[in-house]
Amino acid sequence: MTTTIAKRGTKATLIIADVRVFDPASGIDITTDVTVEKGVITRIGPAGKSRPQGAQVIDARGLLLLPGFVDLHTHLRSPGREDEEDMASGTRAAAAGGYVTICAMPNTDPVVDNAAVIASLAEVAESDAVVRVAFVGAISRGQKGEHLSDLWDMAGAGAVAFSDDGRPVTDSGILRSAFQAAHMSDLPLSLHCEDPGLAGAGVMNEGEVSARLGLAGIPCASESADVARNLEIALYENARVHIAHISCIRSLELISAARVSGARVTCEVTPHHLTLTDTNVAGLDSCFKMNPPLRGEDDRMALVAALVSGVIDCIATDHAPHAAQEKDTPFEEAPFGVIGLETAFPVLFTELVETGEVSLDVIVQAMSSNPAKAFGLPVPAISVGEEANLCLVDTLNEFEIDPASFQSKSRNTPYAGRKVKGCVQMTLAAGRVAYRNELTSS
Amino acid sequence: MNRHLLSMNDLDREDIESLLATARVDFLDLSKRDIKKVPTLRGRTVIDLFYEKSTRTSTSFELAGKRLSADVINVKADSSAVGKGESLKDTTLTLNAYRPDIIVIRHPHVGAAAFVARFTEAHVINAGDGMGEHPTQCLLDIFSLQQEFGELGGLKVAIVGDVLHSRVARSNIIGFQKMGMKVTLVAPPALLPRGVEALGAGVANSLDALEDMDVIYLLRMQKERHEDANYLPSMREYIARYQVGLEHLGGGRKVLHPGPINRGVEISAALADSGENLILQQVEAGLAVRMAIMYRIIVDNAAAAVEAAGETTAGASEAEVKNIHAVG
Repeated sequence: MTTTIAKRGTKATLIIADVRVFDPASGIDITTDVTVEKGVITRIGPAGKSRPQGAQVIDARGLLLLPGFVDLHTHLRSPGREDEEDMASGTRAAAAGGYVTICAMPNTDPVVDNAAVIASLAEVAESDAVVRVAFVGAISRGQKGEHLSDLWDMAGAGAVAFSDDGRPVTDSGILRSAFQAAHMSDLPLSLHCEDPGLAGAGVMNEGEVSARLGLAGIPCASESADVARNLEIALYENARVHIAHISCIRSLELISAARVSGARVTCEVTPHHLTLTDTNVAGLDSCFKMNPPLRGEDDRMALVAALVSGVIDCIATDHAPHAAQEKDTPFEEAPFGVIGLETAFPVLFTELVETGEVSLDVIVQAMSSNPAKAFGLPVPAISVGEEANLCLVDTLNEFEIDPASFQSKSRNTPYAGRKVKGCVQMTLAAGRVAYRNELTSS
Repeated sequence: MNRHLLSMNDLDREDIESLLATARVDFLDLSKRDIKKVPTLRGRTVIDLFYEKSTRTSTSFELAGKRLSADVINVKADSSAVGKGESLKDTTLTLNAYRPDIIVIRHPHVGAAAFVARFTEAHVINAGDGMGEHPTQCLLDIFSLQQEFGELGGLKVAIVGDVLHSRVARSNIIGFQKMGMKVTLVAPPALLPRGVEALGAGVANSLDALEDMDVIYLLRMQKERHEDANYLPSMREYIARYQVGLEHLGGGRKVLHPGPINRGVEISAALADSGENLILQQVEAGLAVRMAIMYRIIVDNAAAAVEAAGETTAGASEAEVKNIHAVG
């Protein structure tokens, strides 16, 4: 078992009536009823009078039923910074965003670099998590980049991938050894690509906007140079590699070329890199500060095109909670990172699907089946006999993103006040109701 | 003037002309008198909040406030609660509780002045925010150039040196162009921010570009920022290629420098000692210009407030206008 979830309450028995069922991976797009009995999908079709005993009927006319989302890149801040997020709040935020599985990154305090930490986190998840939680182990001990952490033990304890996220593994020899060790259990390394020398003291994208503001820039080459190195080593070792949070054109070109050469590479892009650019930084609001930084419009357009063409297979949030006092500072003093679990789908639906730039099926696959496959996680599917991992969304009514209403403990979103469609109404994770929108459900 | 002076983008050419006229007419000659004080801002409180080392800017703001009869308080980061870990937000809220009229802030980070403005009712004057801007320096530079050249439109100016780290360069690129001057940046590529062309200035990599310039504006080489990073092969080689000396003058070309100068680095000792540079005039102008800024930021906004309130008698501002005429 690679994921953990609290088994609280009973499994759901309900009928989601008159709903548009949309699951591109299963090839379904019909409007009908979906019956869930004891957490399992038992019927996709008119429920008629054949209602299971005690079934609650949810009138879902006009709503969209999607396979639940899977996030490969969540910072749960637990252990160590439970003031910013913890297992309960982080998984509630995930459920409120339609996610049924999230992968917790290891840059906590202490760092998740041995099997004992994973076991203790899994114990917390077993009591507190409302969605499935999978754990990513650190590549190096303490994420210091000096010695490999207990990769084999962590694989045994259920780690789904390894990452020193937040910092690159600068020593190529150590990185190679990590690929070799992870290859034994065929787990991917999820790599934060950055050349520290090129990134320097940069706090935003290097370009016209940074020149105007006087802020030190992080050049695109800082990312692409490290992507190139990582792909070369992965290719040489025939090992699986996942490139985290891609932000620029050259990284995409390098990934395409590596695939032609046979590299086993998956990759992710965040909702904010798909919808925002460095011009958003001009107001010096630290809720637009993250690493990699928001790039130029050319890069953003290339990321969108790569999502459509399939070069990018996954969308991941890089949900990075920060305490208000840490972000309420001059831009340069603020830490990198923004939250994203509760805004991902509405923002992508509104900014990319409604505008016609990306089709709904591309977004849904990049948020659900593709990431699940990339890390070997259960693939949410709307199909008879499957465990219910579903989310119900309202794509017709507009709402305003209000950080005060977030389930997350943190508020550092770049989308506050934005009017969007695609509000999540209900999430079923592992057969249980993980989230119900209290404001709109009757 | 606007409520705050945070960036040269806050001012248009008309604002600049009007402000500098105030400096010239009302304040420039004040320093030459025996009694160097006017009652203009009597009863007003000015807080100078300095998070970075500074000699001329802090002295000049303090002196400007005192000569306007304001109560001036200097808060230095190294001897205040900041050293105990207080955040900029909390320091601002604390100082704001004293109800100051003006907060002058110098801070190592971009946007700090705008950040402070969010948490105070006082007028905020940016006295340098990291590598961001230094608008009062820019205004005194324009003032010095006006004193020397009169009309500035069409004047060609080279800004030479460590543009990458310079807030002065950034404000001057904006301000000089607003006055109709043609700006060229002269530096090796490593000392020019990527994308700087977007600010409208030309770019050159060698001092050959100085030949048809009217003004050479030298920047201080920020050596402290070069210690951990290899921007240049060596300072010796930089000096050989980029130091400006008397040989670069001629045709009435003038040299400005915001100070402090690195004698023998960006400027030769001979040039530093010659009458061809306007460095001390800049310092003198700084005092008059900062007096004008403080005066106008209070009076213009008081007048605007009175106007907004729909009153016919301008209480505070009328008194202050009378006070300044007592100067004359």
